[in-house]
Amino acid sequence: MDYASVLQLLDSTVRLATPLLLACLAGLWSERAGIFDIGLEGKMLIAAMTSAAIAALTAATPTWALFGLDLTWAKALFPPVIWGLIAGILASIVFAMIHGIASITFRGNQLISGFALNFIAAGLTVLIAQSIFGQGGRTPQLAGDARFSPVTLPFTETIRRIPGFGPFYAEVISGHAILVYLAFAIVPLTWGLMYRTRYGLRLRAVGENPAAVDTAGISVVRLRYSALIITGILCGLAGAYMSTALQAGFGRDMTAGRGYIALAALIFAKWRPVAALWACLLFGFFQALALRPDIVTAIVQFRVPGPILDALPYILTVLVLAGFIGKAIPPRAGGEPYVKER
Amino acid sequence: MRPLPKWADLVLVPLISLTLAALVAALVILSIGESPWFALTTMVKGSLMTASGWGHTLFYTTSFIFTGLAVTVAFHAGLFNIGGEGQAQLGGLGVALACLYIPWPHWTLALLGATIAAAAFGAAWIAIPAWLQAKRGSHIVITTIMFNYIAASLLMFMLVDVLRPIGSQDPSSARFPPEAALPRFNQIPGLDLLFPRTVPVNVTLFLALAAAALIWLLLWHSRTGFRIRAFGKSEGAARYAGIGAVKTTMVALLISGALAGLMSVNNVMGDAGRLLGNSAAGAGFIGIAVALMGRNHPLGVVLAAFLFGFIFQGGSELGFMTSIPIEMRVVIQGLVILFTGALDMMVRMGLERVFVRLPQAKAA
Repeated sequence: MDYASVLQLLDSTVRLATPLLLACLAGLWSERAGIFDIGLEGKMLIAAMTSAAIAALTAATPTWALFGLDLTWAKALFPPVIWGLIAGILASIVFAMIHGIASITFRGNQLISGFALNFIAAGLTVLIAQSIFGQGGRTPQLAGDARFSPVTLPFTETIRRIPGFGPFYAEVISGHAILVYLAFAIVPLTWGLMYRTRYGLRLRAVGENPAAVDTAGISVVRLRYSALIITGILCGLAGAYMSTALQAGFGRDMTAGRGYIALAALIFAKWRPVAALWACLLFGFFQALALRPDIVTAIVQFRVPGPILDALPYILTVLVLAGFIGKAIPPRAGGEPYVKER
Repeated sequence: MRPLPKWADLVLVPLISLTLAALVAALVILSIGESPWFALTTMVKGSLMTASGWGHTLFYTTSFIFTGLAVTVAFHAGLFNIGGEGQAQLGGLGVALACLYIPWPHWTLALLGATIAAAAFGAAWIAIPAWLQAKRGSHIVITTIMFNYIAASLLMFMLVDVLRPIGSQDPSSARFPPEAALPRFNQIPGLDLLFPRTVPVNVTLFLALAAAALIWLLLWHSRTGFRIRAFGKSEGAARYAGIGAVKTTMVALLISGALAGLMSVNNVMGDAGRLLGNSAAGAGFIGIAVALMGRNHPLGVVLAAFLFGFIFQGGSELGFMTSIPIEMRVVIQGLVILFTGALDMMVRMGLERVFVRLPQAKAA
């Protein structure tokens, strides 16, 4: 295997790790606050569909009007892809709030609530896309400013000439959608918020011992809802990235279990933000390998059937969960609804 | 606050949850510009008003009884088996291997063999997640989800590279021999008067009902069942009483996987007559809704399975007869899971308020 294909592999690792990373950090916020969320998948899916649909619609309509009021000036504020992103985040937050109502306010089973929302998202996305566009549950292909275009980092052409590091900078670090850099920036941001602010301290406390937080006069319910809003925003970014940056449009069940792989990465990372980054890069690398059967064949020296390569990320996830994980201790109050004493 | 009367808890709460789910589903249909009433009548007409409709509804009911029981047994042990889909697909592989490679003289023996194969393959597919849960504490929800994806890939590999007959293009196995075909309801004397034309529902329905009765006996009238329920109620107390955590987890999950695998007798052997890709068609997931709706009791599971059979058949009728996409049934299933499973307390809290006032009115 030559250096060029290593770089290609790493480049697609970064691309594929990004939605995992955003979803994993989303899960980190909610689980650190004591709310299990297996509905990351559904939130990504609904955000992916909404972003692609709104981006496509905004790009296709020259003017905006509401009740006879001309709103074209508002449309011109952002390119269609940003409108799509905003709509995707909002859709994801709505799903997060439903999860909150079920699991915080009405103290329902958090696993079942998340699972139900995944189901609803799987059906609803196809239903809505079909009724708007009539293309078999897909959105139209996005192009131009309805999609995130790659960002070329400064000095790429100068640095490229440096042997070794230069091509790495040009191929792997530069040339991604802005959301990729945003996702990587959210890692230190999450770390800072979680470990260096009062809000973060309280949030971690509410995931370990909500009764103590309550005794200190801080609202458990409000803290948990605020964590779910952050979860919603991050899943919204992940979904929007899937349909408007990684791909050019929404397709049926396009997240393909990434929400669950993100959860596995979260457990692997033991609910820590920086470890989550490495875990997601690892799982992203598995997914990148599955896309390059030629490289795998070159390494193992025999033809590996396609379906087995497709299963590779999932098999490795199980192996990771089974063996190398050490002792993963989840937030103590995770999954338990909090009942205030009277 | 006083607890609800038992009848209200068992009947009223699920009925209200179901009504709420139906109302939201109606809103969804309205918002895509269709008539909910027309959708409902189409669903009822297509699933309960004709012999063919009943034949399909009962066929799906059979599958859902198995997957619903699978989730129920795991739930009683406090475990959430979300991998019924993968276990059912593996069960299908077991059925296909048994039917293709063993020359059965008669369908009764073939049914016995396929039943054993389906249960064994289903149980084998949950064995690794179960062992990881019992021994290493890897969360069963995540591992079974991963195994669903692995199962889909494994089945694709088996169908494309191993079981596909030479010269065939589609990824499916060869047809099973006629000796391995199960009698459909239109071929059973007596029942053929009700079902004049070919229907998918077959003798497996009776196997499913028998399984429901057996699981009831197992859970409430056997030592194993007692251990499973005690473990599910309180792991600490069960351990203290000498109930082994590893063994109970393994037993409950293996039974669960076997039940999910058994649904393949119905669809692979009873209807398709060969193994197709994605044979479980979501039935493994629907089992979760069935178990929730059926309150984790075998009788409730049978009734809920019938309800979901109706939704499934009615939903495909919607896809054929109206412009509402067939995915509507996935939305309906999700709403039912949400309202019966997660928002259950909302209904309960509301009802408790109502019931607090009622007896006072009676006394006055």
